[in-house]
This record gives sequence, C-alpha cells and structure tokens, in this order.
Amino acid sequence: MELRPILTTLRRHKTASALIVLEIALSCAIICNALFLISGRIDRLGRISGLAENELVRVQLTGIGKDDNDVALTTSDLAALRALPGVRDAIVTNQVPFVNSSWNSSVNMTKDQQQPTLSATTYMADEHFLDTFGLKLIAGRNFTSDELVDWATFNAPNSKVSLPSVIITKSMADKLFPGQQAVGKSFYSWGDDPMRVVGVVEHLVRPSDQGGDVGHEYSAILPIRAPYTVGGNYVLRVTDPARRDEVLKAAVDALKRNGPNRIILADNTMTVQTLRAKYYQQDRAMVWLLVAVCVALLVVTALGIVGLASFWVQQRTKQIGVRRALGATRGQILRYFQTENFLLATLGIVLGMMMAYGINQLLMGKYELPRLPAIYLPVGAIALWLLGQVSVLGPARRAAAVPPAVATRSV
Amino acid sequence: MFAYYLDLALRSFRRNKALTALMVLAIALGIGASMTTLTVFHVLSGDPIPQKSDKLFFVQMDPAGKDGYTPGEEPADQLTRFDAETLLRQRRGVHQAMMTGGSAGIEPQRAGMDPFYADARFTSADFFQMFDAPFQYGNGWSGTEDEKHERVAVISKDLNQKLFGGANSVGKSVRVNQHDFRIVGVLAAWRPTPKFYDMYNDRFGELEQVFVPFSTSRDLDMDRSGSMDCWDNKEDSDDPEGETGLNAPCTWIQYWVQLDTPAQAEAYHQYLVNYSDQQRASGRFERPTNVRLRDVMAWLDFNKIVPGDVRLQLWLAFGFLLVCLLNTVGLLLAKFLRRSSEIGVRRALGASRRAIFTQCLVEAGAIGLVGGVLGLGLALLGLWAVRQQPSSYNALAHLDVPMLVATFVIAIVASLLAGILPAWRACQVAPAIQLKSQ
Repeated sequence: MELRPILTTLRRHKTASALIVLEIALSCAIICNALFLISGRIDRLGRISGLAENELVRVQLTGIGKDDNDVALTTSDLAALRALPGVRDAIVTNQVPFVNSSWNSSVNMTKDQQQPTLSATTYMADEHFLDTFGLKLIAGRNFTSDELVDWATFNAPNSKVSLPSVIITKSMADKLFPGQQAVGKSFYSWGDDPMRVVGVVEHLVRPSDQGGDVGHEYSAILPIRAPYTVGGNYVLRVTDPARRDEVLKAAVDALKRNGPNRIILADNTMTVQTLRAKYYQQDRAMVWLLVAVCVALLVVTALGIVGLASFWVQQRTKQIGVRRALGATRGQILRYFQTENFLLATLGIVLGMMMAYGINQLLMGKYELPRLPAIYLPVGAIALWLLGQVSVLGPARRAAAVPPAVATRSV
Repeated sequence: MFAYYLDLALRSFRRNKALTALMVLAIALGIGASMTTLTVFHVLSGDPIPQKSDKLFFVQMDPAGKDGYTPGEEPADQLTRFDAETLLRQRRGVHQAMMTGGSAGIEPQRAGMDPFYADARFTSADFFQMFDAPFQYGNGWSGTEDEKHERVAVISKDLNQKLFGGANSVGKSVRVNQHDFRIVGVLAAWRPTPKFYDMYNDRFGELEQVFVPFSTSRDLDMDRSGSMDCWDNKEDSDDPEGETGLNAPCTWIQYWVQLDTPAQAEAYHQYLVNYSDQQRASGRFERPTNVRLRDVMAWLDFNKIVPGDVRLQLWLAFGFLLVCLLNTVGLLLAKFLRRSSEIGVRRALGASRRAIFTQCLVEAGAIGLVGGVLGLGLALLGLWAVRQQPSSYNALAHLDVPMLVATFVIAIVASLLAGILPAWRACQVAPAIQLKSQ
C-alpha cells in the first residue's frame, strides 16, 4: 500500500485530521486512567477480610448513661447469646470490620523509639474470638482464658497491669519481623511493657481505611475481656447462613430481655455481609460510573470518526471515481480509507499515551494514586485501533461502492 | 437578521437530521455529566456560613510530647481540654467556644416510645451566638450556666417534634443519660453544609439533636465521639476521668473564636504565640511554638473537605465534555464545509464574511441550546442517581438556580467555542472557486 498519497491528502485536511487525532488522544488518555482506577477499586472490593463473613451477624447496643453492672451483664449477655439455637459461638468486641471507625495504636520495636514502626488497629478479644470470627491461625496458639485481662483493671488509673500476649496478622508480622518467625518475639504498643506475640492469623482486615492500602491488614488482637460498654459490639457466628436473619432477631430479643435499660442501634445491627456491602457501596458505584464514562467516550469518539469519515468520502466522491476509472479495485479504495484511519489512530494513540502518563502524574500528586502500570497502554491502544477500524468501515464501504462512472459526470 | 440565521439553521438541521442529532447528543451527554458532578462539587465546597466565615477562626497549637516530632509539620488538629478551658477562661476573642461531638441516650417521657440514642454536642455558651444558630423557641444558655455545670439543653427542631410534637418546650425537661435537663432553647431548621465546626464526625451529616454545656457533659461522663490523639507524657495519671480528664495528654477539643477585624486576628495570633511560649517555659509544652489560626474556608480547605472521589468525578466529567466538544468541532466543520457551494453563492450575492461567520455561530449556538436543555434533563437524572447513594453528602445533591443558569451558559459558550473554528473556516470559502465548480 502506497502511503504517500494518503499523507498528501491528510496534509491538505490539517484541521479535520488534527481534530480526529486530538479526540482519539484524549479518549485514550482518559480511558487508560479510568481502567486503572477501576482495577484499583475492584482490588478493594475483593479484599479478603479473613472473617467467615457469611456466617456472622453483628448487634450493636449501648447503655443509657453509666452502667456500674456492665461486666456482669456482659457475661450473662454472652451466655444468653451462646445458648440461642443456631448459634455456634458469640463474642463481644470493641470494633468490627467494615465500619468507619477504629481503634488504632502505634507500634514500636523498642521502648524509647522516637518514630513508631507502624500503626495497627487493636481488637480486644477473649479466647472465643478466633473461632467466632472464623480466623485462620497459621502459627502459634490462641489465647488461654487465664491470660485474659479485665478491661476495668487494665484501664484503671495508675494501672500497672500489662498484657502478656498478643496475636497479630501475617501482614503485620511480615512488616515487624521480616523473614523471621514472629511467634515468641515482642513489641511495644499498649502500656509500658513489651507484648509477646503468641499467634499469627492469616488475615484480619482493619475496620476503617486508616493506614491506606499497605496497612489494611495491620491488626493486633489483644487479650482483653471488655464489657459491652466498650464499643458495644456483639458478634454471633451461626451454624447455618440461611438462618442469619432469624438468629439476628433472636439475639436482639435476648439482649433486650437480659438488660432492659439499653438501646439497640438498629442502623448498625445487621449481617456482616450487609455491613461489607454497605461499606464498599461507594466503590462499587464508582466502578460503574467509570465504566459508563469509558463506554460513553468510546461511543462519542466512534460517532465522531464516522461523521468525519463520511464527510471525507462525500467530498472525495469524484476523486474516488477517477481512481476507480483508472483501474483501482474496490478493495484498494476500502484499504485506502482503512489505512488513513489507522494512521490517524496511531498518531492519536501515541499522543494519548503521553497524555495518559501526564494525567497519571497529576493524579499521583493529588490523590496518592500509584503509577500507571505499562500494561494499560497497549490495552488502550488496541481498544482505540479497533474502535477506529470499526467506525471507518461503514464510510469506507460506501466509498468503495462509488461507481467509476462518477468520474465522467460533471459534478 | 438573527431570526433569518435561525431559520437557516433550522433548515440545515432538517437537511442533516442524523448529524444534527449526533451533535446535540454529544453536547447533551457532556453537559449532563459535567453539570451532575459540578453540582455535587458546588454543594460540597460551599461556604457554610457566608455572613461571617472570614471572622470565625479555628485554633490550633502543638501540645504533643517530643517523641515523633518532625520539624515543619502541622500542629495537632485539636486542643487539649486544659488549653481549651484556659483560653475560654481568658476570653480574648469577641466570642469563643470549645466543643466536641458526642452522643446521648434519650428516654422520652411519652408512652409507647422506646429510649433512643441521639447525636449530641458538648459546647460552651457562645456556640449559638457565634455561629448564628437560628432559634425557634427560647435561646442558648449563658456563661453562668457553663460555670455552674447546670443541666440545661438546647434541642433541635427534629427532636422537639419527636418529643413534644413541635410545641414550645422551653422550660420543660428532657431525660438525657438518666438525668433531667431543662430545655432552654429549641433550634429552628438549620443544616450548615459542610458541618464546618467539627471535621471529626460526619462532615455533611445532619445537625446534632442535643446541645449541653461541656462542663455538664464531663460531670456526667457522657460519651464523646470524633478523633482523639494521645501521647505518653511519661507520668502516671490517677485521674479517674482518664483520657478525657483535664490534664490528660490528649487532643480532642475543637476551639473556635470570632475575631471581627484583621487587627483582632493579628492580636489573637500573637496571644496564642505568647500562650504557647509560656506553656513551654513552664514545661508543659515540649515542641517549638507552632500555632495556627485558620478561618472557616481555610480550615475546610486544609481538611480537604471535598472528597477525593468527587473531585475525580469532576475532572472526569470535564474531560468527557472536552472530548464531546472536539467531536462537535469536527462535525460542525464537516457540516459547514459540505455547504461550501451554498456559502459561495451567498458570498457572491454580497454577504460579508462577518455575516457568514455570524450565521454559522448562530447555528452552533442553537445546537448548544438544544444540547443544554437535553443535558439539563440528563443532569437531573444524574443527580437523582447520586441521591440514591449512601453517603450523607449525596442526599444534598440538588440543582439550584445558579447551577441551572450555569448549565445553559456552559452549554452555549461551549458550543459557540466549538463553532468558532468551523465558522472561521466557512467564512474563508472563496466564492469564485465554488461558483466555477458548479
């Protein structure tokens, strides 16, 4: 295929060619970045929590004013909940995943460290915690009941009580003790004394987004027996996921019966699956929005190419007729327009790649996004090449259908 | 002349229905997307208290321990209770208030109503006057009630509706955390957007339902909420109040001050510097003096009040609009040049270049207008979709009059801009060549 006549023609239609190139470039740049953003959101949506999510329900309640009897009430609450039919186990904890608030504490390797090594979220747990949440212990052991510390004792003024043990996630263990066995090692976080790692769980997600992507599994489980007044979260693991709603209702009734002067926070009382769905709703909406924008961009760009190509075909009808009369085949005319579009698309894509990187740099600075992986560039390029070829096919076929006799007419 | 050009434009549209529809659709999509996101942005970045946002200042200083100090970093966001109470006692501003968010268990004294939990604000007397809080009945409390730790409360219109059916409840009592509080005021409908005075709870949430004096809230150890930052001051504390105690090394109080003139603001800044220096001299502060006095808009800006997603959507929508416009430029160019012969005839018959140019722009503007109307419909649809989303700010996404006007201005300006290049090319058409080739 001879390229020179095409280039000569394009040079004579600088404005229109430039417009097509610019439109393709912009679409390419936006689509590359949008795809990248979509993949980031999808990663978030797919985060592993480590929990047996579809077997858990959460009830949140709060006392009205001070409750001096909270420890005893918590014990009888738990007994009542564990006795419910369909309940495998139940716990009370200060926080649950998939809500927007969390307990966090800085973690130091030495006592007098100036800058903390990391910030971890802290779950307060008894020996039922691992089994209820459904966490997978990959090293060490669970807490034993005799190492649990009462929250009131620990939190009392001038308390000298220290925490004998802690269970951490693999993600946190790898960060604190890279390449080493974490069990048996110690770090400083709560109180003045070191806490010894007794167990490592495979996954346990942080409740909120504090700590960003890297720290989303920096979680520590502390052996603290907390009353319901600390966070007020009862979490129940059911034996049969189909009976969750039933168990949830029974749990609320049991708690109301057990201590009447309390308020169940109905808006926060639901299955953990629903909790997760609500937590990521914004991300899911963003994914759909970005997909819609990409589709709309492709459609608009395609229609733009169709429009301009049709105009060119119409403008060059006579020229095409002359070529046909001089012996050019239909295929050659078809390929002429296809090649022309390919050249314009290539130019647009090259420009678009540079703009894509530019936009990414801007987003990196403003929204702390990572660098655009190179894989998105060929994906965007192929998408736009295909788009160009598909859009130009219609007008090019119309051009190929121009009869040679047109050349002999005077128009 | 304008009417004639409009008539010509309509004829041209009729001749090329598909192309015209394509251009209108492209503009409408672009305008619809940009106006949806721009409206959300406009709502979120608005001035919550325009009449005095430049007179209200948020106070920051750096009371934290030496550990973890990085030179040049921002001071703590909030104040310790000790500093807030000291500043409040010294009353150096026109008005000043310390505050924190919290919650309260409310037991209605009406039969058949269960106790419920309500958002609360623990603050000091000047809050209401300083923030121009509108009252339906009664008033706020005074400094005397603060000092006497009195059990008084101001309740929201909603709570008054719920508890008293909307009647004047001033003087009646409401049971909060198992204690009786005397209602001194009922607020009228009020929703500062964003809720600028507290960045640590729902920033676009509804107004708190109960307001009680800070001093009283501490007596009753009511539940606080929001962010709290503590550091180890190497001293053991035997304060039964723990982290919320007067001397606890924790920042959790928001402190606002009203300063009417720049001179007052300058003097207050100096006062804060002096205060901070004194505290360091006495050994309470360990870090170098680092105070901030930001007014409302600067404070909101510092807190990146518009969520990142919303800003991203705005950029995305305008990028999309730009592609739609490029598309329109290309199509208009094709459309006008296709009529070269017609333009040639008109030029030969005496139409000036300017006349051709104007005619083309009228055609482009008309497309913009129709695209704008359609885009408005799409924007309304888009905003409806936004309101179905869960975050509290989404519920606020409504089109107001300035945005309505903006829609049409943007649509027409955008299509006129898109029309300039094609129109200019059209008026360059040489009549002689066109006539010859006829």
